[in-house]
This record gives sequence, structure tokens and C-alpha cells, in this order.
Amino acid sequence: MEEEFKVIDNYLMIRMPDEIDHHHSVSISKTADKYILDEQIGNVVFDFERTTFMDSSGIGIIVGRYKKISCFGGKVYAIHVDNRIRRILLLSGLHHIVEIME
Amino acid sequence: MIEVVKWSQNMQIKNEMKMEFRAVSENEALARTAVAAFVTPLNPTLEEISDIKTAVSEAVTNAIIHGYDGEDGADNIVWLSCRIRNDVLEVEIQDKGIGIEDIDKAMEPLYTTKPDLERSGMGFSFMEAFMDDLEVLSEPGQGTTVHMVKKLGITSWIMNE
Repeated sequence: MEEEFKVIDNYLMIRMPDEIDHHHSVSISKTADKYILDEQIGNVVFDFERTTFMDSSGIGIIVGRYKKISCFGGKVYAIHVDNRIRRILLLSGLHHIVEIME
Repeated sequence: MIEVVKWSQNMQIKNEMKMEFRAVSENEALARTAVAAFVTPLNPTLEEISDIKTAVSEAVTNAIIHGYDGEDGADNIVWLSCRIRNDVLEVEIQDKGIGIEDIDKAMEPLYTTKPDLERSGMGFSFMEAFMDDLEVLSEPGQGTTVHMVKKLGITSWIMNE
């Protein structure tokens, strides 16, 4: 299952793929940056509904996008976060920069 | 009494598995899926499978992008071996790549030599957090071996504590 991108107002919604590893992370980051630059997007929402696996490459994607938008006051959100994803976000301290929406 | 001993001896599980594959990112999924399938006879929880898959994925990704510097080639091979002894899983991931100069530094959380590739520097921290034991052996120019151990069947009650 591939990732999907959608722009709603000032938000880029990224529907994350089934498995997020180094193999997938490069193209997700690249496409997201293209949207952020081309469409002047302020905020990014990561949707983990379909995601069953994530390693530290996912952390790289989130931190990388956060760095791109936070200097313009943008925010990063995560939705549909299950226990596994939550543990990885907590373990890497990412819950300080990502708002986990219930 | 004797019967109990016999029964527990019959319950012993011993198994081994070895594979080798080229250092390309497509094989990260192959490696972690193979290890997950290998531990299935131990009836691991979903949590445990997820922990093992993440740790294996980190180690294999390290071998590919750090050990072999992201270069594909017929000689750039990653070796994976797994062993089950009763309820203990041992996983070893080995490359014959560039090796690690300073292992302690490499294992520090958030330390990465490849920030340009958006590596988070959390690989070894995740391996440590998700497995029970982690050992890293490396020699510059010779390659790196990551040895991990996880005892299965205890995660559920640790999580409930």
C-alpha cells in the first residue's frame, strides 16, 4: 500500500503506508517536501491508520518535515496512532514536537 | 515427578535459521518478516513480534546504509542468523562493510553520521529498548556484527506492571 497525499486548506494530510522503513521513507519525504514548497503548506498531518510497522526511519520523516515547517510557525500532527506507533513516538521524545490527536 | 520432567523436555524448542542477501533497501522488509515468521512457534504476542521486527529492521538498515554506505554490489552482502533456545531468541546481523570507529559514540541516542539522509540516530536505542540484550562488535574496515537477544513471553506482564 502506497502513501497518499492530500491538501486541505493549510494542511498536508499524509496517509502513511502499511510499512514505514528506510526503503519507503525517502520517497515519502521527497513528495511531502514538494507539496510543502509548491503549495506553501503550513502544517502536516501524519495519518497512521493503515500503518502496521514503523522503525526509526519514521522518526526521520517526522523530524525532517517538522524542521521544514516549524520555522514558519507550522505544526505537525499525528492521527490514528496505535500503541506500537505511540511507543516509538514516546521513546524517541517525538511527542514533544508532534501533537498526537485522539 | 519423572513425567513432569519428560513433558518439559518434550517442550524444548531448538531451531536455527541463516540467510544472506544483498545490501539493498528492499531486503529490509524481507529480513524482518523472515525473523517474525521464524519465532511464530514460540507463540509471541503481537507486541513482541513488533519489537523484534523493529530491532531487526534497524540493524539491517544500519548494515545497508552505514556498513555498505548505501552502495549495492555483488560483494555487499548482509548475513542474518537466528537461533531459538526454548523461549529465547538470538538474532545476529553481520556485514563486512566499513565498520564503526567509535561504537560508544555510535550508540548514543540521536547521534548519526548521516543527518543529510534524515537518519534519526535512534537505531541502536531502538534495538536496546525493544530487545533484552544488545552487543555490537565492529572493526573499521572489517565490518560490524550486531547480536541481540530477546526472551519471549514476558512482555505482557511487564506491560501490566
